[in-house]
Amino acid sequence: MLEGTVFRFGDNIDTDLIIPARYLNTSDPAELARHCMEDADPTFAARVQPGDIIVAGANFGCGSSREHAPVAIKAAGVACVIARSFARIFYRNAFNIGLPILECPEAEAIAPGSRVRVDLGTGRITVVDTGAEYRARPVPPFMREIIAAGGLIPYVKARLAGGR
Amino acid sequence: MGRVPQTITEKILAAHAGREFVEPGELINARVDVLLANDITAPLSIREFEQLGVPVFDPAAVVLVPDHFTPNKDIKSAEQAKTVREFARRHDLPNYFEVGRMGIEHCLLPEQGLVGPGDVIIGADSHTCTYGAIGAFATGVGSTDLAAAMALGETWFKVPETLKFVYTGKLGPWVGGKDLILRTIGEIGVEGALYCAMEFSGPVIESLPMDGRFTMCNMAVEAGAKNGIIAPDEKTEAYVRGRARRPYRVFASDPDARYKKVYEFDVTGWEPCVAFPHSPDNVRPVRAAGKIAVDQVVIGSCTNGRLEDLRLAARVLRGKKVHPDVRLIIIPGTQEIYRQALKEGLVEIFIEAGGAVSTPTCGPCLGGHMGVLAAGERAVATTNRNFVGRMGHPKSEVYLANPAVAAASAVMGRIADPEEVV
Repeated sequence: MLEGTVFRFGDNIDTDLIIPARYLNTSDPAELARHCMEDADPTFAARVQPGDIIVAGANFGCGSSREHAPVAIKAAGVACVIARSFARIFYRNAFNIGLPILECPEAEAIAPGSRVRVDLGTGRITVVDTGAEYRARPVPPFMREIIAAGGLIPYVKARLAGGR
Repeated sequence: MGRVPQTITEKILAAHAGREFVEPGELINARVDVLLANDITAPLSIREFEQLGVPVFDPAAVVLVPDHFTPNKDIKSAEQAKTVREFARRHDLPNYFEVGRMGIEHCLLPEQGLVGPGDVIIGADSHTCTYGAIGAFATGVGSTDLAAAMALGETWFKVPETLKFVYTGKLGPWVGGKDLILRTIGEIGVEGALYCAMEFSGPVIESLPMDGRFTMCNMAVEAGAKNGIIAPDEKTEAYVRGRARRPYRVFASDPDARYKKVYEFDVTGWEPCVAFPHSPDNVRPVRAAGKIAVDQVVIGSCTNGRLEDLRLAARVLRGKKVHPDVRLIIIPGTQEIYRQALKEGLVEIFIEAGGAVSTPTCGPCLGGHMGVLAAGERAVATTNRNFVGRMGHPKSEVYLANPAVAAASAVMGRIADPEEVV
């Protein structure tokens, strides 16, 4: 069970907003985290606390394939991203690097600054103050296998070791 | 079970999954023919791949192109490029392309025959979807997906539903692939094709030169698509013949294939268009742009850095001068395109006009180098994204257009229709 404060963003939050290309001359997670969401909200990196949660509208993570985007979000301490929908490359990348993400059709009903509890197993999202509950779309079973293994690389390692 | 009608995307994926047919929504494991990464994405892939402790499944299948921040723009970029170079040496990768012998990845791979019709290609770059123009299934992935595929020679896909786009009518003057794709994204929005394949077809596509087709498939990702694709025809065969380094296979959609939706566009009367900040779907006809002064014009990128694009720009710039308040930067997509542009006298025209011509690089498109914008500056660019901060300062603006509009804007010092100049 995760619990954190919500940072709200709108639709079509692209990877240039999540981590501008001017910082892509490194892949060091801590350095990327310092500039996370910089062009969408320059105060974000300074304010975000470990365990906080990003809630956004449609097509979160559109644009570039840069894995630096979910890496920056994860390294900034964000525990989970909830959005109405995700761009497909970002969706894969988040699972592959172990950043939990949930697709929730009602994501935008969740107010900025509210505390929410997220049950990744069931996809239930609860707003602590109001008790309002939202449901995320179930994660495909195959993606759950990747999460259970601890990300794509451990998953592949196990597969290679098993000779499959 | 009888024959199952399939789209070209479904057929290619089925052939690579060892299956008779596949259904949209299914998860499959598919063999990959080509894997691509660049100087930004490869270092992350290499870090992940080396944790696996296995060899590359097929060294010839891995293509590494340092094109984003090269020629190295700063010390950190130089170190990233070095990581890629050393990895290529360590694993004897024959398809590593060094500065001076390289190009922008999505211009270079088709030109060098490294990708062919019927291939499955994944690249740690979102514009990998460009290769759909030669009838391949090509899609962008992250660095970790690429690392896993370098070990396994395969990856998983969710079979996409297909949106079919049929273009009929007659293309107007100065209207090309860039305008077709911008108008299409304008119609369906930047999430209009989310998770889907975009299949481009119809007489207008058949009449389009290969370079225009590359431009269209290149920007499929800007509508959220997994891939863009055009069935091979005689033009494709003519392009691929003599280049392909491996046998290739031509697929086509069955006439009764199932589509999520079919869009039909009569392009007669379409004008050149411009995508306004800060979204590629914010599209207006160039003549409705109003008086918008520009500081910089960029002609190049994986979207519009090919020979036809440079020829188009040269038709507008011949005998003209770049406006005193404008910096015009022209970036041929590959060394081969550069050489051909020299032979044809295009580079002469650009320099005579007062433009700067650069060695191939992605540079300014993503605000890396070779033309970064200051606060308050505006650029017209033939690139693919006009997001906030894309070409530099978050308070700068990018307007996306075709090479003729970009060239005309460079001459006029404001967003301009090529008809105003030629």
